Amino acid sequence: MSFLSTAYALLFYVATLILFAGLTMRIIKYARTPAPLKIPTMPAPLTKAGVALRIGREVVFFQSLFRSQKWTWLFGWMFHLALLLAFFRHLRYSMSPDNILWPLVSLEVVQTFGKYAGFAMVAGLLGLLARRIFVDRVRYVSAPSDYLMLLLLLGIAFSGLSMSFVAHTDIVQLKAFVMGLIYFDWQELPASAPLIIHLTLVALLMIIFPISKLLHAPGIFFSPTRNQVDDARERRHLAPWAAALDSTRGNR
Amino acid sequence: MADFETPELTDEIVVPHIQEGAMEGSGPFIAKPEHQEPLGFPGELVENWQEKAIDKMGELLGKYRSFQVFLDICVKCGACTDKCHYFLSTSDPKNMPVGRQDTLRSVYRRYFTVAGKLFPKLVGARDLTKEVLDEWYNYFHQCSQCRRCSVFCPYGIDTAEISMAAREILDSVGVGQKYCNEIIAKVFKIGNNLGLPEPALRDTLEDLEEEIYEDTGVKVRLPLDEKGADILLITPSADFFAEPHIDGLMGYAKVFHEAGVSWTISSYASEAANFGMFIGSYENMQKVAMRIREAALDLGVKRIVHGECGHAWRVAYSFWNTLAGPWDFLDPNYPVPQHICEFTWDLIQQGKLKFDKSENDHRVVTFHDSCNVARATRMGDKPGGQFEIPRNVIKAVCNNYVDMEEETIRDATYCCGGGGGLLTDDLIELRVKGAMPRMHALNKVMEEDGVTNMAAICAICKSQFTKVLPYYKMPMDMIVSVHQLVSDAIILTGQNEEGGEEAEEEA
Repeated sequence: MSFLSTAYALLFYVATLILFAGLTMRIIKYARTPAPLKIPTMPAPLTKAGVALRIGREVVFFQSLFRSQKWTWLFGWMFHLALLLAFFRHLRYSMSPDNILWPLVSLEVVQTFGKYAGFAMVAGLLGLLARRIFVDRVRYVSAPSDYLMLLLLLGIAFSGLSMSFVAHTDIVQLKAFVMGLIYFDWQELPASAPLIIHLTLVALLMIIFPISKLLHAPGIFFSPTRNQVDDARERRHLAPWAAALDSTRGNR
Repeated sequence: MADFETPELTDEIVVPHIQEGAMEGSGPFIAKPEHQEPLGFPGELVENWQEKAIDKMGELLGKYRSFQVFLDICVKCGACTDKCHYFLSTSDPKNMPVGRQDTLRSVYRRYFTVAGKLFPKLVGARDLTKEVLDEWYNYFHQCSQCRRCSVFCPYGIDTAEISMAAREILDSVGVGQKYCNEIIAKVFKIGNNLGLPEPALRDTLEDLEEEIYEDTGVKVRLPLDEKGADILLITPSADFFAEPHIDGLMGYAKVFHEAGVSWTISSYASEAANFGMFIGSYENMQKVAMRIREAALDLGVKRIVHGECGHAWRVAYSFWNTLAGPWDFLDPNYPVPQHICEFTWDLIQQGKLKFDKSENDHRVVTFHDSCNVARATRMGDKPGGQFEIPRNVIKAVCNNYVDMEEETIRDATYCCGGGGGLLTDDLIELRVKGAMPRMHALNKVMEEDGVTNMAAICAICKSQFTKVLPYYKMPMDMIVSVHQLVSDAIILTGQNEEGGEEAEEEA
């Protein structure tokens, strides 16, 4: 095993650990922190099923953003959809053909959409970057990390696209490397520059995910203004620390 | 009139370019020790304020999921940046919802996140200095907690939650706002925001009974502290003295009279407003709300009806059950609480109220959705009832009704500019400017549809508009209560056809 292969194998174990452990800890924190008061942004659904639909519309269509700012919606939605398609395409590098999802992942349509999604991703990211640079209000609220996040994603997209459309990497060997990671049977990583760049940036993304604004992904499900049912008059909503105050709030 | 310029009303609301520092300042008057202490807050800035403030922030992060999640998940997409009435009218970027949040988020990141501890510059984190604390005091008192930003945020981040937390942190280190805290202390001492004692309240209600009798020849009662009444009316104390609030109160009385129900006001709980919400203090909010539970128990009522007030209706609708419930001693056939508009609309649907709509023919009316009613409560049994029911009531008593532009009403409504504990003269510049988007939409329907009156169901909205309308060269009395319109059109059983004069002669 080359030093490079060993280093990247370790890097991906560490990155995966940080991603999942970090996210799990954060999600547990969100779940355990009480929401003592009913604060859904009204009008809100009257049932849990309604709330699931509301959050579904936010997650799938970015409903509130659409209402808010059409350009941001267009760029943002395009980027996220492209990311999803690219993700599906990449599944085949980490899956053996006997996996039950293989027939789906290997579909021509998934592979083709996933391949060209890279362009949509770049377009969406460039649009978001342009807004951040040229709209004075957005520029004002942007920290260096906000630009770097976009550049990181652009780097991932460009390095990925270059392997599809400019200089192919040894994809068979890459798959061997990835499967080796999964089955703890390490294999060599093909040493091509675009691939190394691509993997480095992806690992970096995984590492910063749980300590950055990327927490919006799990966070949206915990947003009390979106995930609460409008039933305050019908059901008494009481968080544990608020319930404790019931005994001290007066003798009635 | 003042040392600032009233915004001009243009054809369209233009999103301004940012002007950093446009609304820098020292904020509203700071509470004195005698305003702070009754609420359980230190009288003045405590010595180890920095440590205390960070501790308090940590405590709130553990107590409020909204605070924790909202501070983490903002992606700075900018969707909210043009949604706040205070930004649109002042151009100060710290009045953009995200700009306002970031004054606090930057400190959160510095003390509570890995990235902010390791790389503060990279992620825009900063230490909590006295300048930052002062900045919080200034800019978190330029937020009316109207929640318009939360409608448009892809994650529902609600700046109101951040501003409530910020104010609670400020209070906990001894930097409170005089207006809110003085008022809360008055409620604890006397029972209402105005400090109106029982005898004065009784006199006022008797005067109103006389006024209605003179107008109509019908003895409509406004009972106070009557044990055994069916309904307890909880209404903002402004309804007892301010215009046009008081005309609304007479409207409620006439509706109760025609409904044939027994009702009462409580001198102990003579206040619907609950400024505990504005300062983000669960304990103080609960203490104010508990007075209503106690009054309901003492008077032995079966139902609670709530008057026209925005944030108070939010506390009542969304929080009372949590703070002061369960309400199992009340009649389960009615919602607790029930809004006066729900009450009146029910009667109208049952055909129990008679109106002469022509009494309002001299008016062309539009409706201002009060922010807290629109975005934090409901009326009726369907989502959006808070928009439809008040409009239905108005349309049942007025022939001429038009809505303002769609993007300025319902859940996209603009705050009046005086909500969230900002209805104080030391913030008059902010209040006048903050009203601009609403004034803009109002001006449009005045020019295009000949609107003469804007109706509202919030005591703060009514007071705020009365004050700021003249700055925009509009008549201050064009703001009316919804139940004032009801009052003007309702035909009381046995009422003099000629109305006023005849009754006067008889009396």
